[in-house]
Amino acid sequence: MAISGDKVILEIRDMSKEFGAVKALKTMQLSVRPGRVHTILGENGAGKSTLMKILAGVYQPTTGSIVLDGQPYAPSNPQDAARAGLTIVFQELSLCNNMTVAENILATREPSRGGFINDKALVRKAAELVKELGLPVSVTDQVGDLSIAQRQLVEIAKGLSIDAKVVILDEPTSSLSDSEAEILFEIIGRLKEKGVAIIYISHRMEEIMRLSDDITVVRDGSYITTRDKTEVTIAELIALMVGRDMNEIYPPRDVAAPASTEKPVLAVNGLSRSEEFENVSFDIRPGEILGFFGLIGSGRSEVMNTLFGMAHASAGTVAIDGAQVKITSPVEAIERRIGFVTENRKEEGLVLSHSVESNISMVALDGFSSLFGFLKRKRERDAAKAEVARLSIKTASLDTIAGSLSGGNQQKIVLAKWLLTKPKILILDEPTRGVDVGAKFEIYKIIRQLAAEGTAILLVSSELPEVIGMSDRVVVMSEGKVTAIADPDQMTPEKIMHFATGFAS
Amino acid sequence: MSDKSAASAAFKQVMKQYGGIFLSLIVLCVIFSVTNGRFMSVANFLNILQQVSVIAIAAFGMTWVILLGEIDLSIGSIIAVAGMVGAQCFAFGMSFVPALILTIAAGALLGLANGVLTAKFLLPSFIVTVATMGIYRGMVSLPTNGAPAMIMEPSWTAIGTQSFIGIPIVIWVVAVLFLFNHILLSKTKFGRRAYLTGGNREAALYSGIKVDRLKIIIFMISGVMAAISGVLLSSRLFSAQTNAGMSYELDAIAAAVLGGTSLAGGVGTMIGTLIGALIIGVLNNGMNMLSVPYFYQLIVKGLVILVAVYLDVRSKRAKQ
Ligand SMILES: Nc1ncnc2c1ncn2[C@@H]1O[C@H](COP(=O)(O)OP(=O)(O)OP(=O)(O)O)[C@@H](O)[C@H]1O
Ligand SMILES: [Mg+2]
Repeated sequence: MAISGDKVILEIRDMSKEFGAVKALKTMQLSVRPGRVHTILGENGAGKSTLMKILAGVYQPTTGSIVLDGQPYAPSNPQDAARAGLTIVFQELSLCNNMTVAENILATREPSRGGFINDKALVRKAAELVKELGLPVSVTDQVGDLSIAQRQLVEIAKGLSIDAKVVILDEPTSSLSDSEAEILFEIIGRLKEKGVAIIYISHRMEEIMRLSDDITVVRDGSYITTRDKTEVTIAELIALMVGRDMNEIYPPRDVAAPASTEKPVLAVNGLSRSEEFENVSFDIRPGEILGFFGLIGSGRSEVMNTLFGMAHASAGTVAIDGAQVKITSPVEAIERRIGFVTENRKEEGLVLSHSVESNISMVALDGFSSLFGFLKRKRERDAAKAEVARLSIKTASLDTIAGSLSGGNQQKIVLAKWLLTKPKILILDEPTRGVDVGAKFEIYKIIRQLAAEGTAILLVSSELPEVIGMSDRVVVMSEGKVTAIADPDQMTPEKIMHFATGFAS
Repeated sequence: MSDKSAASAAFKQVMKQYGGIFLSLIVLCVIFSVTNGRFMSVANFLNILQQVSVIAIAAFGMTWVILLGEIDLSIGSIIAVAGMVGAQCFAFGMSFVPALILTIAAGALLGLANGVLTAKFLLPSFIVTVATMGIYRGMVSLPTNGAPAMIMEPSWTAIGTQSFIGIPIVIWVVAVLFLFNHILLSKTKFGRRAYLTGGNREAALYSGIKVDRLKIIIFMISGVMAAISGVLLSSRLFSAQTNAGMSYELDAIAAAVLGGTSLAGGVGTMIGTLIGALIIGVLNNGMNMLSVPYFYQLIVKGLVILVAVYLDVRSKRAKQ
């Protein structure tokens, strides 16, 4: 192994974990040193989150042992883990939406006297922490009212509210845009200086190269290797991870982007919704990929929600194929062949307790039923099977519960269910959130292919390289307003960031 | 696959899904057979089915509602309303078929009210149906000022007292309604949408499911099932009683939950509910045959429900 000699704070040996017939971990090992960022890199479903959940006491391993700070360590629940000095920020948000930020951050450790919670002290303590971490949220806000990115920051604050020797961050940046991610990186830097060991999981290669000290690659539940960051390149890591070479990140366009003279399929004019966005205008032609970029609170998701009929505009018009339409519900949006891959798969995308198959067929159900509403199970199954194959979704079977799939594979199911409806206009809100590099490429290829077939694609993303790499034009938003619609010659990271921070073109 | 192995595969599937609760049913039957020689007979089994019919049908409706993550506490009252509507129809000289249609329509209407209040006025179904439970119960007494109303119409009373090819008509009714609900839930688009909506309402909404309409229809199904239960009950009693069906909603909920329907929504089957209802029926019948005093029966019933649900939860957790 590359690391030796130095003090080791956490050591995992010969670990395996089975869920019934599913072998999530086969032969896993890990050796983490204090004051260093140790990244775990692996494809969707490789077993990263499972390993972290074992460390956090959520799951018990089938075999294997852990040594934490010289002591044998076998937590049977997250409280045990916290007591032993290990804290985790889970991949999937685990906050109570109906409670305030402060209540969430200090959940189960509220300052209290005689069983009564001391509200003032609670707010003060939480506010101190939020201020120390430099987070752009108010501790008295309801979590349910926050954006996904803000919730992610709260989740991080919650994880860091105890003093820990080991901090685990499972894809903390998957729903953060660059500027919020910077806040997190600063926090990580400070933790490192204090000698805290950080276990970090991410699918963003640039970020991994920047942050990590050590990188462990895992594949199919097995340990592959651990490397010092200075000894490897991104290309090498990807090859180790997917088991083959990958040269490009974004598939090139085979078909030219539609000419600007072509008639738009969707034209939005002066769309406003009070307190969310104002005077938003853009149009998109069939076969075009229109990127949407902006920072937290720029109003991109809100615009998409309104287009899809989940929220009502207070002013402005929407036209499809030149005719003005009023879409007041998702039912109407779907009737007009609009698809919407929402940003939050757990809440709006999936029915986690149901099978992969019934999640995939969910929107297109009409196509799988006879006159009297009887389901045509075979057709449904075949269609679901085809989507699972096309997106290479890693699942034990079609009857597997969606909630037991890895994060990236869940994301692919959400995509699959909309692809089945063959939309004319497809809204993708963070479609590659939590998806590994290999699978990202597959998704990009599918987006390209859809565009080539004439689907108009609205691509909302917080990853600037993705927006630039995939889009034909980019709508940049800041604080609810469109600050620029950038053409290809304007699509440099500097220009787009400039517009995104509020300078109109 | 041969017939035999297909049957054994189907049996395995049933055991996997309903193992805990099925076992509870068998164990109860064995206990009662040992303690009472007359328990294990075809006649007594038909008797149990007959006794449990009212609860079973109401529980089918309740299963839909719970599946959606809602609750309907008004069905006991709807059972009484249905009997009274029937009695009044005959008092006004109507014949059997229109009276039956009107009775069932009354159930649908009361369910509709529950559904609209829940789906459109966004009130929690628990509160809505606690309120309508009282309102509907009060309405039963309106025509007669609280007195029971006799029902002498022979077709109506035949339902609860006559047999068809050797099997009591009520059992036929249960069988038909079981099949209807089972097929609607497991084989149709409507059933699938109910499952999905119960599993995650928000995701259902984003996927273009008309969640409000679905909810209203399901409360109507619950109302209709309760009304049919009311028909059965009143036909057996030859009368509409103002306190008929009192607290039956609790037995219906117990049957559904015993059968594996999750109060959180999204999980449940009609087969499970049928088994759940049978457990309640076997318990009632067995304890009556042993002349167990009523208050002991209540205690035992409550304990059995707790144990059965615990076993079920545990077996499901072990599978994970
Ligand atoms: N509770 C569970 N029950 C059954 N299978 C599970 C469960 N949790 C995880 N798995 C399976 O174990 C495997 C590893 O999943 P895990 O979530 O650890 O992947 P991951 O490496 O974190 O992937 P991602 O990058 O997509 O988050 C997957 O095949 C997944 O389906
Ligand atoms: Mg994961």
